[in-house]
Amino acid sequence: MESRRLPYLLLLPATLFLVVFFVYPFVQVAFQAFTKGGGFTLDNFHEMVSDWKFTTALRNTLLLAVVIVPLQLALALTMASIVTRLKAGRDVVLYIWTIPLGISDLAAGLVWLAIFERNGFFNSLLANLGLMSEPTIWLGYQNKITLFAVVVMAELWRSTAIVLVVLVAGMGLIPKEYYEAAEVFGAGPWKRFIKVTLPLLKPSIQTALILRTILAFEVFAVVAALAGTNMPILMGEVYEWQFALQDRKVAAAYALVILAISIGFTLFFLFTLRTRDEARA
Amino acid sequence: MAEIDIRNVVKRFGSYTALERVDLDVADREFLVLLGASGCGKTTLLRLIAGLDTPSEGEIKIGGKRVNELPPRARGIAMVFQNYAVFPHLTVFENIAFGLRMKKLPEAEIDEKVKRSASLMHIEQLLSRYSGQLSGGQRQRVAVARALAMEPGVLLMDEPLSNLDALLRLEMRAELKGVLQESRTTTIYVTHDQVEAMSLGDRIAVMHEGRIVQAATPMDVYRDPATNFVGGFIGSPPMNFLPAARHNGGWQVAGVDLAGPASDNAEIQFGIRPEDLMPTESGLSGTVRVVEPLGAHKLVTMTVADTLFRAVLDSDLPVRPGETLTLAPRPERIRWFDPKSGAAIN
Amino acid sequence: MSVAAATPAASAARPVSAGRWMTIAIVVVLCVWVLLPIYLIAVNALSAPAEVTGWPKRFYPSFDFGSIEFFIQFRGVARALMNSVIVAVLTMTLAIGLGAPAGYALARFRFRGKESFRLLVLMTRAFPLPLLALPLAVLFIRTGLDDSRIGLALVHTTLALPFAILITFSLFLSIPYELEEAAFTLGCTRLQAFRKVVLPLALPGIAASGVFAFVTSWNEVFAAAVLTIQNKTLTAFLLQSLDYSPLPLKFAGGAVLVIPALVFLFAVRKYLFSLWGIANR
Repeated sequence: MESRRLPYLLLLPATLFLVVFFVYPFVQVAFQAFTKGGGFTLDNFHEMVSDWKFTTALRNTLLLAVVIVPLQLALALTMASIVTRLKAGRDVVLYIWTIPLGISDLAAGLVWLAIFERNGFFNSLLANLGLMSEPTIWLGYQNKITLFAVVVMAELWRSTAIVLVVLVAGMGLIPKEYYEAAEVFGAGPWKRFIKVTLPLLKPSIQTALILRTILAFEVFAVVAALAGTNMPILMGEVYEWQFALQDRKVAAAYALVILAISIGFTLFFLFTLRTRDEARA
Repeated sequence: MAEIDIRNVVKRFGSYTALERVDLDVADREFLVLLGASGCGKTTLLRLIAGLDTPSEGEIKIGGKRVNELPPRARGIAMVFQNYAVFPHLTVFENIAFGLRMKKLPEAEIDEKVKRSASLMHIEQLLSRYSGQLSGGQRQRVAVARALAMEPGVLLMDEPLSNLDALLRLEMRAELKGVLQESRTTTIYVTHDQVEAMSLGDRIAVMHEGRIVQAATPMDVYRDPATNFVGGFIGSPPMNFLPAARHNGGWQVAGVDLAGPASDNAEIQFGIRPEDLMPTESGLSGTVRVVEPLGAHKLVTMTVADTLFRAVLDSDLPVRPGETLTLAPRPERIRWFDPKSGAAIN
Repeated sequence: MSVAAATPAASAARPVSAGRWMTIAIVVVLCVWVLLPIYLIAVNALSAPAEVTGWPKRFYPSFDFGSIEFFIQFRGVARALMNSVIVAVLTMTLAIGLGAPAGYALARFRFRGKESFRLLVLMTRAFPLPLLALPLAVLFIRTGLDDSRIGLALVHTTLALPFAILITFSLFLSIPYELEEAAFTLGCTRLQAFRKVVLPLALPGIAASGVFAFVTSWNEVFAAAVLTIQNKTLTAFLLQSLDYSPLPLKFAGGAVLVIPALVFLFAVRKYLFSLWGIANR
């Protein structure tokens, strides 16, 4: 009943596919970014860096990531703790909390646009409460801080579920006996969380952080929907150069910058959050 | 005719050898038990016969025909798996009918065979249920019914009772024996439970570390174990062993002179079953450690010559821990073994 | 035990602790936080265009289908919707067709190269995938797949395939091989055993991963925007029209993006959660 070749045959289509659509493009992006007119050059990177939007885009993207990801981690940890302890209604709550997973980032941007645009629901609420007679502009060019805050809010809303799912799966793997033992030794709920949950959850936290951070540097449609061109971000610049300005090479340069940052942070998390094999549950 | 011939079979998994040169003949309609501890290779051997794995060396024949290259479906076998492998998405009826449908039998015949098989295993009332609604014991019956419905030349059973609780196991053992005696199919039954082996088999093949150590009828295996391993494995409580040193033309065991076999060794091994000992004036002496009154008899654990020694004695015998007890072995039941090879010396 | 049984009425009347109330409050707040924005955009979608641009807004829909009509009749929208559906269906088919055999091979066989394949799959998830759209744009032009639905479907499949493989991998792992072996002894070839025993048991999970691939494609923005011009999908259309599209269009479009995904995910929520959780470990 053993055909030596069968497993390889089954894997062949998928492997071929991934090689063609992953390895090849990766090589291509590198090629595009480092060449111009047929020769190796760093011109594309110079052009990218000297563009006035580069630093802004880089700063905005990093800022967003640095603010959003920790907030999400804390929020997701709280949500995961609560939901794993729920008995009745756990399925319902879990489904509701993971709804954002099915929502496009563009749709998320539009959803929050509906709330915070000039004639949106937020201003309407404030008007109904009598706090405002004229609508305030939250998302305009002049209001960089509120614009940032709304983008953060929208991203929190949209993508916390990604972290949540990984954490809940990880928590499900922690045997109850650990908590019971800690309780017998007198540890209260907070202490149990710090001493039992968090350490055993480290691999899941690591996975969640890596995944989420990489996605954070790709933030695109949410910002486009809410801020248009008022808030340059790296992915937005990739789109601009590729599509509007028709300069594939600078776009590729931007792409490599995003890739480099992603790899950097991935390595960082892999290193700082690694669990020694003996310590694993 | 479904006799099985296994010749020179070796099975390796990478650098690990699971079966080393196994030779076995199973007669048509014989009920053979493969008995051994976990890791001895019994399930591996069963799977080779089934065709779920192929031997690294050697030949397997079923009904005189070489089957090494044949898939399970072409070997005329049916198998009962340890975890039953009842298909969860089919009803009990469809499970039992599965193999018959693969054979493309007419519907009426399938119906009749399924119902017959089901009634043999007393599960007629469960035919429309799904495996998720059944208890472990019921699922096991379905698995057996499904195999029997195939009316195979060879029936293979992989520890079918080991996942049942003790009481159910006892009941099922008797029931299985009745059913299988009726059907008279060549059967190979794998187990680690020597009580099951003794009860069910026409012959027992005791396996140890990838080899068949002895293949004989239950009473032969019990009375004349081929090695001290078999002696210690069969029987509960197991056979007692004591060293025997050459002395005065015979052998001395724990200070007692006994007549024994001729041997070139200076030391051999003395073996006697706990139930073949009787209290006596002079004989093997030791201090009683534990007395377990088990109702039908008393199990006495003692130390003889610094070795743990057990005796099954009459319930009414007055004996207490700390006392000295002297026992005589029944002479015809003593067994001698070579201490290095473990083989019995005759 | 007997004490508790004897006083059911008393235990029902026991006061709920303050901590429990706070947990319930947090759960409710978070649920509202997730659901409210979706509700609000639905309100917009179901209100007349004048209400959508007006102020202050009402917080309940007027069930005027004017916005939706406006949306569907807007030039290019119907076509974009169609394209989204086609691309998503293609993605779903490809992801399952390539991913299920690969998942099966990984689950069932021990063979050399297995670990490296798993690594490849994991790496593709860690890589900023929308960036692959750039070089593929060039490749597609050369191979005539540029601005085609199948071209975009191929990119989306690259996004969805690693997931499909991991989900089907854990799915097939959970189906005991013993069941297939039993089928072999009952007269089945490998293929027959797969069809009659494994497939029925795996179908719900495979369907779930197919739905996931569909939703991934439906929601994807960046690659769609970069790779399609005439054959725009809904997301590409909405993104590129952000500068000039009137609000009712934006919000109706957002609602259309959101609702189908929600419905789909609800239908397969049981499988998706356990499978995603495991796949993310």
